Amino acid sequence: MARMKFVCDAERCIECNSCVTACKNEHEVPWGVNRRRVVTLNDGIPGERSISVACMHCSDAPCMAVCPVNCFYRSEEGVVLHDKDVCIGCGYCSYACPFGAPQFPASGHFGVRGKMDKCTFCAGGPEANGSQAEFEKYGRNRLAEGKLPACAEMCSTKALLGGDGDVIADIFRNRVLKRGKGAEVWGWGTAYGSKQAGQPGGAKS
Amino acid sequence: MKQILLLITLAAALAACTEQTQTINNAKRPDAAAFQGTGTPFAAPGWKPGDRISWEQHLKTRTQNGQNDYAKVN
Repeated sequence: MARMKFVCDAERCIECNSCVTACKNEHEVPWGVNRRRVVTLNDGIPGERSISVACMHCSDAPCMAVCPVNCFYRSEEGVVLHDKDVCIGCGYCSYACPFGAPQFPASGHFGVRGKMDKCTFCAGGPEANGSQAEFEKYGRNRLAEGKLPACAEMCSTKALLGGDGDVIADIFRNRVLKRGKGAEVWGWGTAYGSKQAGQPGGAKS
Repeated sequence: MKQILLLITLAAALAACTEQTQTINNAKRPDAAAFQGTGTPFAAPGWKPGDRISWEQHLKTRTQNGQNDYAKVN
């Protein structure tokens, strides 16, 4: 069975923000919410790197563990999703997430914190697949359309890989072997365990 | 008469202390599997909605074609 994952290749990311734009456009994400963003590591220092960050759909997701109303669930493909009808907007998931994925849109006249919003791996939510209700709450369900996340498919340098973990790990491994460097995958160890894809044993990335 | 008036006053005053019953909908709805498709014409061609194997194979092929630039002939 497919196990969906993201990998961002810091050797290739040129900080063009096309992943951010693709995501916002595809899902019509409101102002103030960025499901995906590009972060620069060691900014201004020679050798700086940029990475694209969003929900990594962790194997042992801390957001799921801390949610007091248990609004999260995991799809058969390992995508961590949530039910906005159950979410109370408490923000615990935001504190627990190591990637800063949960976002809270300001709603109403006084900027009240609304329901949590995050990357869905373009897999929608518990509403009927492809329905208008699903689109309005969670964005487009590209997985059910036989497509992959828009951010990964739109990445101009193919730095951001998204799809079945085995397949993208193979693609990344092949790249590293060809170029002979850049095996470090930022966030992979934190999200999926520490003994994968170039992570030193037991270390957090 | 005085007691009745007191009772009515008390009932009116304490009415504000009542609280509406709040129920939380924490019964998560089951989500349809992605391989079931959307039934809309926006689906990518090359797989059969409802067939998990063909959906998984289609996504693997799509990943290789779209994201593995070493597999491309440029």
